[in-house]
Amino acid sequence: MLSLFKKPRIVGGVHAEPHKSATATKAIITHFPLPKKLYIPLQQHVGKPAEPLIRVGDHVLKGQLLAYSQGVISAPVHAPSSGLILDVNDYPAPHPSALPIRMIVLETDGKDEWITTQPMDDPFQSSAEIISLRVGAAGIVGLGGATFPTAVKLNMGRENHIDTLIINGAECEPYLSCDDRLMQERADQIIDGVRLMLHGMETDNAVVAIEDNKPQAFLAMHTAALPYSFIKVIQIPTRYPMGWDRQLIRYVTGKEVPAGCRSSEIGVTIHNVGTAHAVHHAIRYGRPLLGRVITVAGGAVKKPMNVEVPLGTLISELFDFCGVEIEKTARIVMGGPMMGESLPHTGLPTVKATSGILALTQDELKDTEEQPCIRCASCLSVCPAGLRPFDMANNIRINQLDAAVDLGLKDCISCGCCSYVCPSNIPLVQYFKYASGEVMARQQAQHKAEQTRRLMESRNARMERIAQQQRDEEIARLAAKAEREKLKSEQETVA
Amino acid sequence: MIIHLKTVSGAHVGAQISVSNIMRQVMLALLPATVFGLFIFGWPAFNLFIITVGSAIFFEAFCIKLGGKLAKPVLMDGSALLTGWLLAMTLPPWAPWWIGVTGSGLAIILGKHVYGGLGQNLFNPAMLARVALLISFPIEMTTWANVSPLFFSQSPGLSDSWHITFTGLENVDARTGATTLGFIKTEFSQNRLLPDILKDLSGFLSFIGWTRGSMGETSSLLLFAGGVWLIRQGIIQWHIPASLLLTVTILASLFHLIDGQHYLSPLLHLNSGAMMCVAFFIATDYVTSPNTATGQLVFGAGCGLLIFVIRTWGAYPEGAGFAVLLMNAATPLIDHYIRPRIYGRDRKGKPLEIPKT
Repeated sequence: MLSLFKKPRIVGGVHAEPHKSATATKAIITHFPLPKKLYIPLQQHVGKPAEPLIRVGDHVLKGQLLAYSQGVISAPVHAPSSGLILDVNDYPAPHPSALPIRMIVLETDGKDEWITTQPMDDPFQSSAEIISLRVGAAGIVGLGGATFPTAVKLNMGRENHIDTLIINGAECEPYLSCDDRLMQERADQIIDGVRLMLHGMETDNAVVAIEDNKPQAFLAMHTAALPYSFIKVIQIPTRYPMGWDRQLIRYVTGKEVPAGCRSSEIGVTIHNVGTAHAVHHAIRYGRPLLGRVITVAGGAVKKPMNVEVPLGTLISELFDFCGVEIEKTARIVMGGPMMGESLPHTGLPTVKATSGILALTQDELKDTEEQPCIRCASCLSVCPAGLRPFDMANNIRINQLDAAVDLGLKDCISCGCCSYVCPSNIPLVQYFKYASGEVMARQQAQHKAEQTRRLMESRNARMERIAQQQRDEEIARLAAKAEREKLKSEQETVA
Repeated sequence: MIIHLKTVSGAHVGAQISVSNIMRQVMLALLPATVFGLFIFGWPAFNLFIITVGSAIFFEAFCIKLGGKLAKPVLMDGSALLTGWLLAMTLPPWAPWWIGVTGSGLAIILGKHVYGGLGQNLFNPAMLARVALLISFPIEMTTWANVSPLFFSQSPGLSDSWHITFTGLENVDARTGATTLGFIKTEFSQNRLLPDILKDLSGFLSFIGWTRGSMGETSSLLLFAGGVWLIRQGIIQWHIPASLLLTVTILASLFHLIDGQHYLSPLLHLNSGAMMCVAFFIATDYVTSPNTATGQLVFGAGCGLLIFVIRTWGAYPEGAGFAVLLMNAATPLIDHYIRPRIYGRDRKGKPLEIPKT
C-alpha cells in the first residue's frame, strides 16, 4: 500500500506509433557481406578523438588497435576486419552537416583474420580495476547513442559507491528494435555483461528495465537473470522517452538527478543492454568492439531487418543489402525518428552510435506547412523535462536568446516530443538546437573578446611600466649626473 | 549511390493532428447545441448565424489580404469560422443583421488581427465582441425571442424571418421576453423573493434548452455533452471547466444555504445563461487561457468567482462575458507565476540538492 503512494511518476512523453513489428519479429542477420572498404572515424565517442598508430600501407589483423585512446575521456578504435590501411584522412562524417572528420580507410582482404585475443578465464577473480581497464581497451562506449566511454563510467561508479546499476532496455524510439532482438537472442550474454559491469563498479544490485511492449525480450531476460537474485528484470510502461536516462532513473529509483550533476552523484549509473553485450565479449573473449547490430527500417526499405555490421560500413552498402528504394526515400535518418539526425547522403559510415538507419518515405514524415502557434500547450504537457517549448521558441524567433536560456533552454534534451505533437507543425527542436549553438558561439565570441581585452590591457600596463621604468632611470641618471657634477665642483673648489 | 537530401531536426514523424483538425472537432462538439438553438428559434436565428459566420470569414480574408498574404490557406485553418460561430451562439437569436456583422468585425479585426492574428490575441475574440455589443447596443442585445421552433404555426416563416433580420422586429412585446436570469434580476428590484419568482419556472425545460436565451447557449445538456466529448477527444483539458463549474457550485450552494430567499440555487446557476458554453467552449480557448494545469485551475476558479459575483451583485443579469475577459487579462500573469518544474531543478529554477546518504 505504501508503494502505491510512492509510485514514481512519469512526466510528459508521447505514445508514438511503434512501427517496430517489421523488424522485431525477425532474427538478427549475421551474414552481412564484408564490405571492400571500411571508413573508420577516429572519433566515435564523447571526448577526445583517438590518435592513429598505424601508417598508410600497413597490414592489420581483425581486432588490432588502430588508434589509441587520448586523454581521460576517450576511447580507442580497432580494425573491424583484416586488410590494408589505404588512407588516414578527412572524410564526410555521419552527421547532418557531413563535414569531413579524420578517418582510417581499411581495404579488407576478405580473410577476416583475427589477431591473438586474450580471453579472461575467471574475470570475477581479478580486481575491478582490471575489468575497467579491459573494457576501456576494448573501445566500448555507451551503445544507446550517448557514446560516453564505458570504462570512465565504471570508474566513476566505483568512486561514487553506486548502489544501483540500471540497464536500459527501454528502446523507446519507434522503428528501432536492435536492443529488443539482442535481448531476445542473446539474453545470457547480456546478463553476463551486467554481472561483469557490477563487478567492475563494485556494485551489488542491477535492475534491467524493459518497456512492456517487448514481452519476449522481457521473458528471455527474466529467464537468463533467474540464477542471479541481485539482477532484477522489470517491465516499465511504454511511453517515449522512457529510455531517457533521467526519466528512467526517476521511474526506477524515485530519485531525480539534480541539474548539472551526473547520475552517479546520487548513487545510480545507467548502461544500455548493447553495452552489456559488448562488455561480455570484451572480457570473456578479449574481443574489442568491432561491430554492432543496426536496425534498418522505414517505408522505403524492401527488406527491413536487424543486421550485425562491422563499424565503418557505408550506409549505401547497408541500403543495397536491405533493398532500399532510392526514389521513394524522402529522408535518411541515423538513429530513431524522434531524436535521430537526418543525413544528406548515403556515402557516410556507420559508427558505434548507430542504432538504426531509417529510409523514410514522404508519407511517413511530418512535413506539412508551418502554421502560427495557437498556444495549445500540447508541447508543454508532453515535455519530459518540464519546459515550456512554445515560449522558448517564441523568444528564439525574436532573437531573445537570453530569455530562452532563462526559460530552461539548456535543460532541453532534444527528445522531439514537442515537435511530434505540435498541431501547427512548428519545428521546435530545430529552434532549440539553433539557439543552443548560437548561445555557445556568442559565449565563445564574448570569451575571445574578453581575452583580447585582457591581453591588450596587460600589454598597455607592461608598456606603461617600461616607460615608467625608463623615466625613473632617466631621472636617476640625471640625479646621478648632477650629483657627480656637484661632487666634481666641490672637489674643484676644495682643490 | 548518393542522394542529396535536405537535413532537418527531429522529430521526423508526428502525431496526426493539425490546427484545422482541432477547429473541426470543436465545431463538431458545438453542432448539437447549435442545431437545437437554430431549431427552437427558427429562421431568423438561421439568418443571423449565416450572416455572423459569413462576415467573420469575410473580415478574416480582408485582414489577411491587407497583410499582403494569401487568404485561402489561412482561412482553411477554420479559426475564423469558429470565432464567428461562437459569437453567433452568444447573440440574441433574433438580433438584426448588423449586430452580427458588427460583432464579427469587432471579433476578427479588433479582437484578433490588431494583435497580430491567430495565437497572438490577449482576449477571446468572441467574448470581446459580445461584451462590446452589449455595452454599445443594450436594447438589441437584450431582446430575447420567445421559443418559436421551426415549422410551428406561430413561428415566423421564411419571409417573416427576412423582415425580422433586415428591417427589425415588429410587435416586440408579444414575441419576446426576459431570460430567466434577467427576469429574476427585475423581480428582485420589485422586492419579490425567490420562491415566489421561480414558481412558474421549469428546471427541466431550461436543462434541455427550451427557454429564452442566446442562440446556442440555452441547452445546458447538449453543451455539456459536447464539452465532455471534447475532453474525451483530448482537445481540451478538464481543468478549466471543472474548476469553473465547481467554484460556481460551491459559492452558490454556500449563499443559497445561508439565504435561500435572495440567492439562486447552484442548479439554477449552472443551468442558466452562458454557463456551460463559457465553461467548455469559451474559457478553454487555448490562446487566452493559461498553459499549465495549475494555472488552468486558477483561471477557471477566477472565472467562476467573477461570474457569481457579477450575477449576484452586479448590474447585469449575466456576467460570463465580463468574467472571461477579466481573467483573459490575468492570463499572462498566471503564466508568469505558475510554471512547470524543470527536471532536476526546484520551482525557482535552482538545481536540486544532492541527497545526503
